[in-house]
Amino acid sequence: MSVPRLIGLGWWLQMKMRSRSAFDGALSIIYPMFFATSVFFIYRQGASSSALVAAAVGASVMGVWSAVATTAATSLQGERRQGTLELLVASPTPLPLIVVPITLSMAAIGLYSLVATLLWGRFAFGIKVSLLHPLAFAVACVVTALSVSVLGFVLAVTAVRYRSAWALGTALELPIWLICGFLVPLSILPHWVRPLSWLIPTTWGVSAVKRAALGGMPWRDIAICLVVAAVYAAIGTLLAGRLVDSARTNATLSLI
Amino acid sequence: MRTSARVFFLGGLMSYRALFTWLSPWILIPTFMVGPIFQILFFAYVGRSAGVGNDSFFLIGNAVQYAAIPCLFAMGNSIGGERYEHTLGLILVSPARRVPLFLGRALPVIVNGFVVSLFALTVGALVLGVSLPLSVLPLLVIVLAVSAFACTGLGLVTAGIALRVRETAVVSNVIFGLLLIFCGVNAPLSSLPRWMAVVANWLPLTHGIAAARKIAAGATFTDVGRTVAVEAGVGIMYLIIGLVLLRIFEVESRRHATLELG
Repeated sequence: MSVPRLIGLGWWLQMKMRSRSAFDGALSIIYPMFFATSVFFIYRQGASSSALVAAAVGASVMGVWSAVATTAATSLQGERRQGTLELLVASPTPLPLIVVPITLSMAAIGLYSLVATLLWGRFAFGIKVSLLHPLAFAVACVVTALSVSVLGFVLAVTAVRYRSAWALGTALELPIWLICGFLVPLSILPHWVRPLSWLIPTTWGVSAVKRAALGGMPWRDIAICLVVAAVYAAIGTLLAGRLVDSARTNATLSLI
Repeated sequence: MRTSARVFFLGGLMSYRALFTWLSPWILIPTFMVGPIFQILFFAYVGRSAGVGNDSFFLIGNAVQYAAIPCLFAMGNSIGGERYEHTLGLILVSPARRVPLFLGRALPVIVNGFVVSLFALTVGALVLGVSLPLSVLPLLVIVLAVSAFACTGLGLVTAGIALRVRETAVVSNVIFGLLLIFCGVNAPLSSLPRWMAVVANWLPLTHGIAAARKIAAGATFTDVGRTVAVEAGVGIMYLIIGLVLLRIFEVESRRHATLELG
C-alpha cells in the first residue's frame, strides 16, 4: 500500500473510531472552550476590541493542541490495553506510519474545536473576526494542525513506556498554550523562554494563523512551521525505531 | 456507632489508597504540582497581556479553583474505580451504612484538595513574585480548607452521577470547566452576565475565592466570616444532594440490574 493511501485510510479509520464516543467528541470541543470563555471574559474587561479579536483567533487554535495533548500521550497505551500494540509493531508497516494517522485524526477533531470557538466568540461575545487572508488562514490552520499532530506523534512514541502518560499529556496542555503564543505575546514572556518557543513548530503555526487572520504575511511562518515539524517527525521516527528495538530486545512491549 | 466510625475512617482511607495510581509520583507531580502552577501562570500572563487585573487576582482564583481537580475526579473515581474493579456491587450489598461509607471516602479527598490549593498558592506566589503577608496565612488556610470541603460536596454529586454515567472523567472535566468560568476565578463576578453571577452564588468555590481575595487584601475574619460560612453552607448542600443521588441511583441500579453496566 502506498504511503499516502496508508496514512489516508488510517486517518479515516481513526476518525470513525473517535466519532463513536459522543462524550469524548463533545469534550474535545467543549473543554478548550471553557478556557476560551475565561479568556474572552478577561479581555472584555478592558482590552481594546482589536486585542479581543486577536484573543479570539488565538483561543480558537488552543483546541487543536487540546485535542491532541492527552489523547496522543495515551494512544499507544490504549493500543497496548486493547492487545493490538504487538500486532501493530509486528506488521510490515513502519510504526510511525501507523501512529501519525492516529495523531492526525486527533488534530482534525481539534479543527472542529477551532471553528466552534470562533463561532462561540461570534455569537456569545459578539467578536467578529474578519479574516484578512481567508485562503492563507485555511492553509495556516491545516499546517498548524499538522504540526500539532507531529508534536503528538513525538509525544506518543516518547510516552510508550510511561504507564501514566495521560498525566504527562494533561500537564503539557497549558505550558504549550502559554509558551507558543496562542494568547500571550512571546515578547512579555521571560527572555529564556523565547528560544524554547521557537523550537516548537506550533509557535510558528499559531503566528501564521494570527497573521493570516489579522494582518501580515503568514507564508514565512508557515514554511518555518513545516520545516520544524519535519525535524520533529524525523526525531519521532528515530525514537520510535529505538523504542521498538528496545521493547523487542527486552520483551517488554506488552507490559504495562 | 463504632462500626460506622470504622467504615468512615478506615473505609475512607482504604478507598483513597486504592486509587493507588493517583498516589504514584508519575501522576501526582504532573497533575497536582505542574498543572496548577501552569494554570496560574497561563491566566496571570493572559491578564498581563490584556492589561486586566493583577497577578494576585489570578494567583488566588486559580489556586483555590484547582482544588476541583482532586475533589471532583477522586470522588467520581471512587465510584467509577469500584465499578472498573468489579467491587461496586460488593460494597453496595454490604450492610454498611451509606452515610459514613461515602463521607469517609470524601475526607481524604478534602485533605488532598486543600494540600493542592496550598501548594499552588505558595509556589505560584513565589514564581510570580506575589507577596502575601505571613499574618494572612492562617485565615487563608482556613478558607482553602473550607473551599476544598465545599468542592468535595460537589464531587459527591459527581460520584452519584457516576452510578449512572460511565464517563466519569468527562463529567468531572465539564464541571471543572464550568467552575472555571462561573466562579469568578479569572474575571470578577461583576463582569459576568447577571444570570451567571446568580448561578455562581450557588456553586462551591465562588465564596471561597472571594473570601481568599479579601483576606489577601487585608480583611479580618470578622469581615469574611459570613462569606466563609456561605461557602461551607454550599458545601453541605451539595453533600446532601450527593448522598441523596447516591441513594436514588443505588436503588434504581438494583431495580434495573444496571450497576455494573454504567
